[in-house]
Amino acid sequence: MAGERLLGWIDQRFPLTSLWKEHLAEYYAPKNFNFWYYFGALALLILVNQLVTGIFLTMNYKPSSAEAFSSIEYIMRDVNWGWLIRYLHSTGASAFFIVVYLHMFRALLYGSHRKPRELVWIFGCLIFLLLMAEGFMGYVLPWGNMSYWGAQVIVSLFGSLPVVGASLVEWIRGDYYIADATLNRFFALHVAALPLALIFLVIAHIMALHEVGSNNPDGIDIKKYKDANGHPLDGIPFHPYYTVKDLVGVAGFLLLFCAVIFFAPTFGGLFLEAPNFEPANALQTPPHIAPVWYFTPFYAMLRAVPSFAGTQVWGVLVMGASIVVLFFVPWLDRSPVNSIRYRGPIYKIMLTIFVLSFIALAVCGVKPPSGIYPTLAKVCTVLYFAFFLLMPWYTKFDSVKPVPERVTGHV
Amino acid sequence: MYKSWVLIAVALLCAGVAAADEEGGIALRHADTDINNSESLQRGARNFMNYCSGCHSLKYLRYNRMAEDLKIPESELAGNLMFTTDKPFETINSAMPKDSESWFGKQPPDLSLMARARGVDYLFSYLTGFYVDKTRPWGVNNLYLPSTAMPHVLQYQQGLQKPVFKNEPDAAGARMVLDGVESMTPGAMKTEEYDQFVRDIVNFLDYAGEPVKAKRQSMGVFVTLFLLMFFAFAYLLKKEYWKDVH
Repeated sequence: MAGERLLGWIDQRFPLTSLWKEHLAEYYAPKNFNFWYYFGALALLILVNQLVTGIFLTMNYKPSSAEAFSSIEYIMRDVNWGWLIRYLHSTGASAFFIVVYLHMFRALLYGSHRKPRELVWIFGCLIFLLLMAEGFMGYVLPWGNMSYWGAQVIVSLFGSLPVVGASLVEWIRGDYYIADATLNRFFALHVAALPLALIFLVIAHIMALHEVGSNNPDGIDIKKYKDANGHPLDGIPFHPYYTVKDLVGVAGFLLLFCAVIFFAPTFGGLFLEAPNFEPANALQTPPHIAPVWYFTPFYAMLRAVPSFAGTQVWGVLVMGASIVVLFFVPWLDRSPVNSIRYRGPIYKIMLTIFVLSFIALAVCGVKPPSGIYPTLAKVCTVLYFAFFLLMPWYTKFDSVKPVPERVTGHV
Repeated sequence: MYKSWVLIAVALLCAGVAAADEEGGIALRHADTDINNSESLQRGARNFMNYCSGCHSLKYLRYNRMAEDLKIPESELAGNLMFTTDKPFETINSAMPKDSESWFGKQPPDLSLMARARGVDYLFSYLTGFYVDKTRPWGVNNLYLPSTAMPHVLQYQQGLQKPVFKNEPDAAGARMVLDGVESMTPGAMKTEEYDQFVRDIVNFLDYAGEPVKAKRQSMGVFVTLFLLMFFAFAYLLKKEYWKDVH
């Protein structure tokens, strides 16, 4: 009784009940979500994990080139549960990219980027872009030797831009080389500016989604058939149905996530690279400089493009284009159907080639550029872009299967 | 059908990557250390303090943390393991002065994180890989870190080894390539004894790199068991709720 009165008091002043209904209790989601639909909720979970563990790390981390490395070891050894907080954060960064890549792949599978969800997709692409900046700057903060040289390589990429290049690099670094000033500003961006922007974009992403409603594995509109109350016949309230279902997904995810944290936190040198256990040393490069695994597909594309007309800028432009092209996918895709279930063989083949070339590029970026890897990276760069740039033609001419009126079952 | 093709393609890709990955060079020896073997860790701590800590610090590890984790009584600690300080809460510092760079050409590095940066196999190989080389300032070189700045501190334990070369023809004709080492003059220890001596040091350095490692792994078992239970209950809850979705 008192609870109801309190809720009434709040509702007269703040739309608590209507927000709850609009986004959870009366948000009708298609009943046929499958495995691929866990990753949105999981990305949100990881975002919260990164924010919370990040706050606690900030309490003991010192953003100065003299103390950063030691303060991380202080967290790992002397702060109560500091090691767990740090591994949750470092493993969370890699998990974030795994989950986001799978989430984006889901969109390509079922056409979730297509009308009327173009803005959902664009907000998502912006989140991905910011996430890359966030990941990069976070990786610099431990001030290990790979942090240092990774920052050196990535920041100097801007130097290849004509005219403004050199001064732009100086402006980003705040010094003539990667130094204390760079670390300080990266810290500011990593803990304040970028997380704020990320939270704002995630809210926009979800609001845009809830405005138009969720897609589903059949890629059909569930609002066509409604019951007497105006609810979609193939829809179920997000809460409690998908909150309990996502709980299963969360449990499954945590099993894998915690297995990494407790048994393999460096993940064989992929999540925490071995050279980063040595402090930053401006006089000694690591034997092989490579960015963290989640950047390697793009890094491989950068290296795959040869210098031309006396400048390296083409590789940088290709790498930039590989991200920019994502924003145009809703308009590049001209298939009359959304879901891969009703598309023809050409899209299936192209999507498979795309995924394989993306994985191959990731491997090429991790490996030193020798042996078969430079050639493989060149071929896969072409295949990566072919998937997007040829999309208007192959999606139009591809055969399609008849699309059902109602969703087909649920898992 | 489509799914199986994709899986086959991914498998082929992985196999291709693995095949392309075989690299040359002298293979590292397998250290075979065990972070849960506290006797080995205790021996490693003793060996480290007596043979390494003169030059190498462990500046992120505190004496009392080490004593607690390795189950070393405080009395033993102060009497037998602490040579540079009498305060157990202090970190393990070396006696090297700042200008030691001019002695070796390089300041002896801090070893707190060496096992994490280079791996236990590398450390084990390195400490067993010294061989006689008259061209080097200390009369020794190392199979795994050519032109190392470090003298063979443990040569009275191990004895001396000499290099073994093999013939490797290349475009320019025959070429001698370093292939391994073999015993030249025996030391105070037999080969297996020395390997164990070094293995204990490396095990201790693995501990020093991440003191919480053993605890982390044993906690992980309970976390996994809890999450398995949580998964089961979450699944049953989902099934119950979803009964009425058709």
